[in-house]
Amino acid sequence: MIKRTIRVILVLGMIVCAITPSAFAMSHAEQDSLISRDISEVEVVALRRREIIAPQRLSGERLKHLSSYSVADAVRYFAGVQIKDYGGVGGLKTIDVRSMGSHHLGVFYDGLQIGNAQNGIVDLGKFSIENMEEVTLFNGQKSELLQPAKDYGTSSSVYLTTRHPSFKENDRFNISATTKCGSFGLVNGSVLYEQKITDKIALVANAEMTHATGKYTFRYHKMLEDLNGNKITAWDTTGTRQNGDIRSLRIEGGVYGTMMDGKWHLKAYFYDSERGLPRAIIRNVWTSSQSQWDKNVFVQGNMRKTLCSLSDLLVSAKYSYDYMRYFNPDTTLLYVDNTFTQQAFYFSVANVWHVTPILDFNVSADYERNWMTSDMANFAFPKRNMVLIAMAASLKTGPVSLQISALENLINDRSTRYTSQAGNFNQWRKRLTPSAFLNYQMPCSESQINIHAFFKRMFRMPTFNDLYYTDMGNVSLRPEYASQLDLGIGFATQISNVTCQLSADIYHNEVTDKIVAVPKGNSQYRWMMMNIGKVDVNGMDVKISFENNESSFVNYQLSVSYTLQEALDMTDPSDRGPHGTYRGQISYIPKHSGSAIAAISCKGWHMNYSFIYVGERYHVSANIPENYEPAWYTHDMNIGREFKLSDKLTINLSGEVNNVFDQQYDVVLNYPMPGRNYKGIIRIQI
Amino acid sequence: MRYRIYIITLILCALVGCREEKYVLTPEEQVVGDTALVYQRDITGFYLLNEGNMGSNKATLDHYDYVTGVYTRNIYASANPSMVQELGDVGNDLQIYGSRMYGVINCSNFIEVMDVHSTRHIGTVNVPNCRYVKFSGQYGYVSSYAGPVKMDPSYEQIGYVAKFDTASLQIVATCNVGFQPEEIEIVGNRMYVANSGGYMAPNYETTVSVIDMDSFTELKRIEVAPNLHRLRADKKGNLWVSSRGDYYDIPSRLFCLDLATELVTDTVPVAVSDLCMCGDSLYVIGSEFSYVTYESTVSYTIVDVDSHTVVNEKFITDGTDALIKVPYAVSVNPQNGDVFITDAKNYVSPGKLYCFGRDGAQKWSVVTGDIPAHIAFTYEIHNNYD
Repeated sequence: MIKRTIRVILVLGMIVCAITPSAFAMSHAEQDSLISRDISEVEVVALRRREIIAPQRLSGERLKHLSSYSVADAVRYFAGVQIKDYGGVGGLKTIDVRSMGSHHLGVFYDGLQIGNAQNGIVDLGKFSIENMEEVTLFNGQKSELLQPAKDYGTSSSVYLTTRHPSFKENDRFNISATTKCGSFGLVNGSVLYEQKITDKIALVANAEMTHATGKYTFRYHKMLEDLNGNKITAWDTTGTRQNGDIRSLRIEGGVYGTMMDGKWHLKAYFYDSERGLPRAIIRNVWTSSQSQWDKNVFVQGNMRKTLCSLSDLLVSAKYSYDYMRYFNPDTTLLYVDNTFTQQAFYFSVANVWHVTPILDFNVSADYERNWMTSDMANFAFPKRNMVLIAMAASLKTGPVSLQISALENLINDRSTRYTSQAGNFNQWRKRLTPSAFLNYQMPCSESQINIHAFFKRMFRMPTFNDLYYTDMGNVSLRPEYASQLDLGIGFATQISNVTCQLSADIYHNEVTDKIVAVPKGNSQYRWMMMNIGKVDVNGMDVKISFENNESSFVNYQLSVSYTLQEALDMTDPSDRGPHGTYRGQISYIPKHSGSAIAAISCKGWHMNYSFIYVGERYHVSANIPENYEPAWYTHDMNIGREFKLSDKLTINLSGEVNNVFDQQYDVVLNYPMPGRNYKGIIRIQI
Repeated sequence: MRYRIYIITLILCALVGCREEKYVLTPEEQVVGDTALVYQRDITGFYLLNEGNMGSNKATLDHYDYVTGVYTRNIYASANPSMVQELGDVGNDLQIYGSRMYGVINCSNFIEVMDVHSTRHIGTVNVPNCRYVKFSGQYGYVSSYAGPVKMDPSYEQIGYVAKFDTASLQIVATCNVGFQPEEIEIVGNRMYVANSGGYMAPNYETTVSVIDMDSFTELKRIEVAPNLHRLRADKKGNLWVSSRGDYYDIPSRLFCLDLATELVTDTVPVAVSDLCMCGDSLYVIGSEFSYVTYESTVSYTIVDVDSHTVVNEKFITDGTDALIKVPYAVSVNPQNGDVFITDAKNYVSPGKLYCFGRDGAQKWSVVTGDIPAHIAFTYEIHNNYD
């Protein structure tokens, strides 16, 4: 009790400290000109990047012309990323960064994290690329200064930034409308409206609806070597992917404002969808009748303000409500009709003190509460309270930038578990996780060369499903840790009017206490979550890009990325041998993978070509022929023309051919992916 | 030079998108046992059906040959190379009857009928969510979860037993039983079906259905315990029934049912995952999960059907049971007393089969397919309906 009181006092103290600027800062630092510069205008000028280590980024025109429908499609092009895609428009799409598993990825939408306390996975296929301005991937964490504690709390993170309202001179509003039609019976329409209310306040509203039948043909076949060594077809079959239909509606609204020495942002998000869930294609069963309904609502806002020349403040808050219904009426399977409702409340205060011109301190304190209900039998009705306190110091002196941070995690769960088990998180549990980021800019005039490195140790919490799911959950689970060590080099130079950039990173990650479903007892259908897994990852990410000056007659961009990964299953040292899992490459992680994007634009025409390569993989860490999956690679093309009809009115027509060579492949075993498919896009801007 | 050709091929392949092909896997042979002389009516070997994890479509068939001592993995695919998607998803039972072998492929909703010598496909019997099969005369009987649906007031789907003609492979009659029926046993003119109610958790079924074979109708139900699974009749007029319990307060147990009175006469305090009747001995393997320790307790016991007691607390004598992670199935060669135990390991990677001699010492072990689970012995002579 006393301990708890002390902790509460400590937490409150931190919050107070975070709000009041430090009184004992000795030197009078210069005012942070970067933050105050853009406050007088509504148009948001991109801040100079303040991260210690530059992230991977796709933005603006480049993102718009990339043949991608959802955020998941775009993120595939980043180095070190593997996507898990169940196929089609509505299929679940998650990503795994540097083989740590998708639970270790944080997804941030306009600065605030999208949570999923139930299963810890964010379906990136649900986020449309239509209103995205930028998609950024950070390894480790965003090594910025003024950020909530949550930003320190993931092993890697994707930041999705939606379009900020921006107006040309004398304009008071913008309207743009887009419609996309194509394969899979896809009909998509979206409208974006931006209105300048005062010089300091702007409003943005955006709506998008999608309808698709999700049907596509796929082909499965296997070959055979006959007695003479000739390769003959053993069997060959085609089918139509069924039950991949989706209807969705997304409505978003936001207000962006500036004030004295600061700015603020308020946003509301509503997403409603109904989708079919395709099943694995197995012998004799090619159809499915399962469906899922989702309703996701959130309201969030933040405010940044320079309190005095010494201190900046960031306050953020969010409330979210997520409803999900899963329905399986298939009479050959277990009948299921369950609804799950999750709610979360989040509040954060972050404060930066500019102690000296080269030294800054950040203290952030976050509080989050999650609770969940369901109509499932024996449901545990879990509630979680979380307090995160982050402390970071940042040093920038000459060529060296350094950030050291520590995150204190305080977690407490309550549930009505069927058994009388109290569980690990029933009392306040605390975990301290450190990280350090270093960048050294070589003093070199003509080109820029930097050497960077980071270390991070972070965990992911067992999710509500891991802990409390009826029968399967295990209340005695511990967090699953991921430790990362990275060393990289960046190089940028200008050759005539072409900017060449190269970056290469080598890394070693270790995932310990990995939460794995393990069999319990005597039948296939009984599993239990356990902290038994261990994965060692050694990898290398390389990115090269060329881009010419924007003022040229012909603009072009070329970027290539390559990932080499050895992700070894270290779980069970007794399971050695050619059929064993020990030191086998873990499931679905290829040794080699890569991507390439080439874009060219000239006289209003633009063309984009993109290529993804995913090398051979195994479905499980027993690397035997039975579990082998050959490499796949797809080529996507996009060509379009922009017509400037008047000063205000622009029409953009473009067409897309994806998987040009109609490659038939599975990303996930028995979930066939679409072959060649088409899309036509009309975009009107006023 | 060779390097250059490789690179050019790679680039061409990447451009055109000719993906590497998948091949029908050839069987893998491994010598594990001794060669042995095999006489007429002798057991010549056995087939092992690997379940394959749900959704993976990886049910496979392995074979062991007592004559040569050779264990062969994955024989179905190459014996039937033109079969689209091979054996199917989740093999739940394997039986040999006459010259045919019947594999119950649960999630693929059919029974695969094969020639017992060549494992060539003969036909299928389509039964949704089929579980276990038994034979009598010219008919096969298969239990299924997927009976008629009622909305009364909430969703209910009763299970049934389908009777199929082994010649035409057509279903000729059905008989509704309890919820989620599992194993079947036929004694004389009566059929017994263990009802589990597995989909109704925590409201499990507690009864054995009794079916009259002539009219193929359910006569009555015998109250036993929640979540019934296995059924074995002995030669003393008893029916041994296993209950999986509710996984919380009610433990898994073995019950003895007197077939004359059709009442439960005894309870043996052992947990049952799988069992095998050999003479008067009932080999029982149990793996019971405890919510207190979060660990499974494993047992290998022999129950004497005469005295209804555990006569052997641990039939593996050489300590090699420590190697078995998840004991999944047990089977005993009735002729030489070899005891086979399968290890399902983590359910998604290859399992293992252990062979123990009559003395309980390990003879050999071999890697199997995923979730090795069902063993059917082959004999030298196969007469229909013998």
